[in-house]
Amino acid sequence: MSVTSYSERQPTGTGETDALSVPWSRPTRKRRVVSSRIISAATILVVLAAWALSARLQLVSPVFLPSPAAVWSKFIVVINDGFVDATLLQHITASLGRVFAALVAAIIVGVPVGLAIGISTVGRGIFDPLLEFLRPIPPLAYLPLVIIWFGIGEPSKILVIAIAMLAPVALSTASGVRGVSKERIDAARSLGATKRQVVRHVILPSALPSILTGLRIALGAGWSTLVAAELVAATRGLGFMIQSAAQFLVTDVVVMGILVIATIAFVLEFIIRRVERHLVPWAGRE
Amino acid sequence: MPHLVLNKVSVHYDGQPAVENVSIDVAKGDFVVLVGRSGCGKTSLLNVAAGLVEPARGAATIGGRPITGPGSDRAVVFQNDALFPWLTARENVAFALRLRGVPQAERARRADELLALVKLDGVGDKRIWELSGGMRQRVGLARALAAEPEFLLLDEPLGALDALTRERMQTTLLDLWTAAQVGVLMVTHGIEEALVLATRIVVLAPGPGRVVRTFETGFSRRYAAGEPIRAIKADPAFAAARGDLTDAIFEGEAA
Repeated sequence: MSVTSYSERQPTGTGETDALSVPWSRPTRKRRVVSSRIISAATILVVLAAWALSARLQLVSPVFLPSPAAVWSKFIVVINDGFVDATLLQHITASLGRVFAALVAAIIVGVPVGLAIGISTVGRGIFDPLLEFLRPIPPLAYLPLVIIWFGIGEPSKILVIAIAMLAPVALSTASGVRGVSKERIDAARSLGATKRQVVRHVILPSALPSILTGLRIALGAGWSTLVAAELVAATRGLGFMIQSAAQFLVTDVVVMGILVIATIAFVLEFIIRRVERHLVPWAGRE
Repeated sequence: MPHLVLNKVSVHYDGQPAVENVSIDVAKGDFVVLVGRSGCGKTSLLNVAAGLVEPARGAATIGGRPITGPGSDRAVVFQNDALFPWLTARENVAFALRLRGVPQAERARRADELLALVKLDGVGDKRIWELSGGMRQRVGLARALAAEPEFLLLDEPLGALDALTRERMQTTLLDLWTAAQVGVLMVTHGIEEALVLATRIVVLAPGPGRVVRTFETGFSRRYAAGEPIRAIKADPAFAAARGDLTDAIFEGEAA
């Protein structure tokens, strides 16, 4: 008797728990994923709206804060007609050219220096103090010295940016090298690898995720050094454009330049993340 | 026939003795297993044989020549597989051949053969992180065999695997050992694993590490001769040996 009453009850019991578990477990998680993005979008919209509103109500003089519409129309004008003798595209090309030339220089010098720091005691003894000395100095501080030494030409501008990029590249490389698993190196050596082969086939690829992170930080540092580098005797470049505009109180070009710099930095970050995913798909999956 | 010999080896770490006066002789075709409680210096001895650690006293030789560093005549397989995630399974296996400058096509052919040998046909193009723990260790074994070593040094190669995979891998190890005609020196924590695999078991005791007993066991030879592993484990002699080995490992220690 007790057996039959038990078997009759069971299905209704499980049915109830099923009905309960579904609404409890799923929607909360889903809502959380969506909400973070919605909040970000809403934040941007609110900032834009506040900006537009304060311009419309003329709370602030347009010399201090031009309206979004003014900035946008200036953007179109500078694209087509240019500002201080160059179109926006030419300014962007000049700046990107400097940043990437500096990046190449920083990689050529920084990666070997980072390897030396990570691999050998001698290397660390030589380069660590130099980098630690260089790293905290703001670019504006060494800019005059670079100009005295190397003049006001293009190499000086690239050099200033490259110095800012050097430390992140070298230090990330070094920390990547130090993080290489000892077992991987031992495994390679026991398979017959020479020291040089260990560096080429084990240490470099192992450190690659860290090196790429370094490049990302370096690009950020270089991009933010750009304005300083273009302070002196530049005729083109986003930093130069902003400074010239500031001298004539053309605030809408200043704001527009800032937004362009921010957008390009965002795009670069996006690209390098894609490169990372393509080059080091194993990162974080070991 | 080459021998891998550790002759009265002592290993010190920071002046502290970790292993004192241990001698081990592995002939080609032997399967020597080191067992013992933690801190008895099993892995230190393996590293001396691999050439990764220099003994404070005593000598390590292979075929009469002193061991001065790691070499492809003694390939090591680690507990943590130590595979290269930037390479595919096939490229991992072919690593030793690449170091020697073997041409690409030949490398791939040889690697596929070895993958087939460890029963991983068709996974050559897979990435390392797409493989299970057991498959990774198989790739690790194939990679070690690609160097055509005379000796395999295995540092708890099955330690990180789950119990079921582990049992399967034990017979795989025996199959490889028979097929590749190598001498094996292996470290393990598993008592049954030691009995299944070894031709000789060396029991070490800690403080500092020293040999307390050596067992000559024949269970792996019986497997190599064709007896199924289940029948071997069901043999009363296996249970008796298991008891003896357990006693030897925990001798002089209060539970």
